[in-house]
Amino acid sequence: MTHAPAPEHKPTFASVPLPERIGRAMPLILIPLLVVLGFLAIGNPSSWLTLTVSGLAMGMMIFIMASGMTLVFGLMDVINFGHGAFISVGAFVGVSVLLALGHWTGAPSLALNLGAVLLAVIAAMAVTGALGWAFERVIVKPVYGAHLKQILVTVGGLIVIEQLIHVFWGPQEIFFTRPQMLKGAVTFWGAALEKYRLLAVAIGIVLFVVMRLVLRRTRIGLIVRAGVQNREMVEALGYRLRLVFVGVFIAGSALAGLGGVMWGMYQEVITAGMGESMMILVFIVVIIGGLGSVEGAFIGALLVGLLQNYIAFLEPKLALISNIGLMTVILMWRPQGMMPVVKAK
Amino acid sequence: MLINLISGDRPRSKVLAVVLLAIFLGLALAPFLFPGVRALETTAKIAIMIVLAASYDLLLGYTGIVSFAHTMFFAMGAYGVGLASMHMGRGWGALAVGTVGGMVLAAALAFVIALFSLRVRAIFFAMITLAVASAVAVLVSQLSWLTGGEDGFTFQIPRELTPAFRGGEFLGVQITGKVVNYYVVFTGCLLLFLFLLRVVNSPFGRVLQAIRENDFRAEAIGFRVVWYRTVATCLSAGVAALAGSLFAVWLRYVGPDTTLSFGLMLDILLMVVIGGMGTIWGAVIGATLLVLAQTYLQVLMEKAAVATEAIPFLSRLLDADRWLLWLGVLFILSVYFFPTGIVGRLRKGR
Repeated sequence: MTHAPAPEHKPTFASVPLPERIGRAMPLILIPLLVVLGFLAIGNPSSWLTLTVSGLAMGMMIFIMASGMTLVFGLMDVINFGHGAFISVGAFVGVSVLLALGHWTGAPSLALNLGAVLLAVIAAMAVTGALGWAFERVIVKPVYGAHLKQILVTVGGLIVIEQLIHVFWGPQEIFFTRPQMLKGAVTFWGAALEKYRLLAVAIGIVLFVVMRLVLRRTRIGLIVRAGVQNREMVEALGYRLRLVFVGVFIAGSALAGLGGVMWGMYQEVITAGMGESMMILVFIVVIIGGLGSVEGAFIGALLVGLLQNYIAFLEPKLALISNIGLMTVILMWRPQGMMPVVKAK
Repeated sequence: MLINLISGDRPRSKVLAVVLLAIFLGLALAPFLFPGVRALETTAKIAIMIVLAASYDLLLGYTGIVSFAHTMFFAMGAYGVGLASMHMGRGWGALAVGTVGGMVLAAALAFVIALFSLRVRAIFFAMITLAVASAVAVLVSQLSWLTGGEDGFTFQIPRELTPAFRGGEFLGVQITGKVVNYYVVFTGCLLLFLFLLRVVNSPFGRVLQAIRENDFRAEAIGFRVVWYRTVATCLSAGVAALAGSLFAVWLRYVGPDTTLSFGLMLDILLMVVIGGMGTIWGAVIGATLLVLAQTYLQVLMEKAAVATEAIPFLSRLLDADRWLLWLGVLFILSVYFFPTGIVGRLRKGR
């Protein structure tokens, strides 16, 4: 009995053609492109530098708020409209701590100032993390797998938490000033760069790097990424993805709280509705980045921040709709967002 | 005949039928049953909210997509009438132009939004509508030369519709322009409501329900899901805009607070969920309940807050400004425990 000859096996290693490579890297190229375009449009190097730094600072803060939400969606297919409530709560808790530590923030000592900020951040993250855990248990858990109900219920949660802020802190907005050493600006090449914005950029970059390292280099990051790609398979391998998910939810809520404190200190005024209005930007970032993608959210947030600052300088009236315009253009180019997470389904 | 008029969509529950009949009669005879300006304001608001909630139910309950831009479409109708009346002078022509213009614009915008978001995933729709609606809300408050900003603006409508107009007396009630206006609003709402009933009970409506239940299967059977969803979005936006026009005619005023606020959007959501998603009759019950509660319960809460002034925390919880808090709690509870709403409960308990 003769066997048919085995089919010849000739693996070929076709190199990825250049246009496709550019296409893949395009989202990464967009940011430098926007910065250069901004420079050409503005023309004045010092105002351009100021605007770029404030755009980056804004983008970093939006990224911090958006990252948790996009991961939660990617991992468990949950759209959390209540995410904005954590932003507000974080801001209120953090600012309350700052106000309570008035003699620390008023002192002209960098160590004491940063200590107060650190304490405020820790308090805000702890409270919003705990709140996130409760939120997941009470509000989200019963409605897994039903998008419609998720949206409705989390919107309900958003309202309730926002109203509770009114109950606890009163209906007025709270004005405050930043710690002594974080006020003012440093001059660099004739451009005034606010110290706080530089700090915000630094925190944002550190967070992004840490998040990427955790996601790419650690075991838990591996499980999270695998869970985003194919939940059932990871569960079949014996991992209790539910626990992982609760952890991600808590971390995401805490990050929202951190973003809230930072945004509050940026604006030097906080209102209960601030989370709700930030949510609009967060949604835009999450959509243009590609639902579930942390890198996409990072790039999207920087694009939104930079564009908004440039446009506000060049044509203030257009700034209101610049984000919607950006979203429209990106969705026309890539309907799934810039870096959609590939779902193995 | 009557069954034909309501497109064969019977209430299917005796209690429900009685309640609906009572609401209908109450609205139809309001100027004669409930004397006083405030009562008439409430009934007109109920009639308009019924249509608004019903048009939202076409999206949420029948098609299964969540939109946060419904008040935006409502406002487009209202501002259409307001702007037309302001720039063309008072007259019926201005009302017609404003109404049609607002409706067409709303439907067109809905079409664009739907095209962008529904093409990929239906859940995009919720986020994108929220973003667009909030951008529009900011625009309306900023472009004060056009929209009057936060304050809005008042405008003139034909004299026959204003309280200054005096007709004869009928059944012991002076027929003022306000009463005429009320009947214009009421008739408009009734027609729109019957139209919505017709839509959801047509083959088109059945396809929408099929998509809601399982869009993948509906696609497999051969229905173009995106197309059906888009048309439903445009229809619901158009009807919302018409309801907005009626609201503007009734109030003779447009402003962001009455037509565009996020609070109003929540009210609509709540009306649909409490009344019962996926049945147009639910909108009637939900809207009536909520408007009544809003008008009369807030007064009650005020009293409760004053009464509990001694207890610091409780009085803050009961403050009339915290009305939304209790709405939110009610909303979550009703999504959990009454997913089919009041109408669903009544029909099951038959």
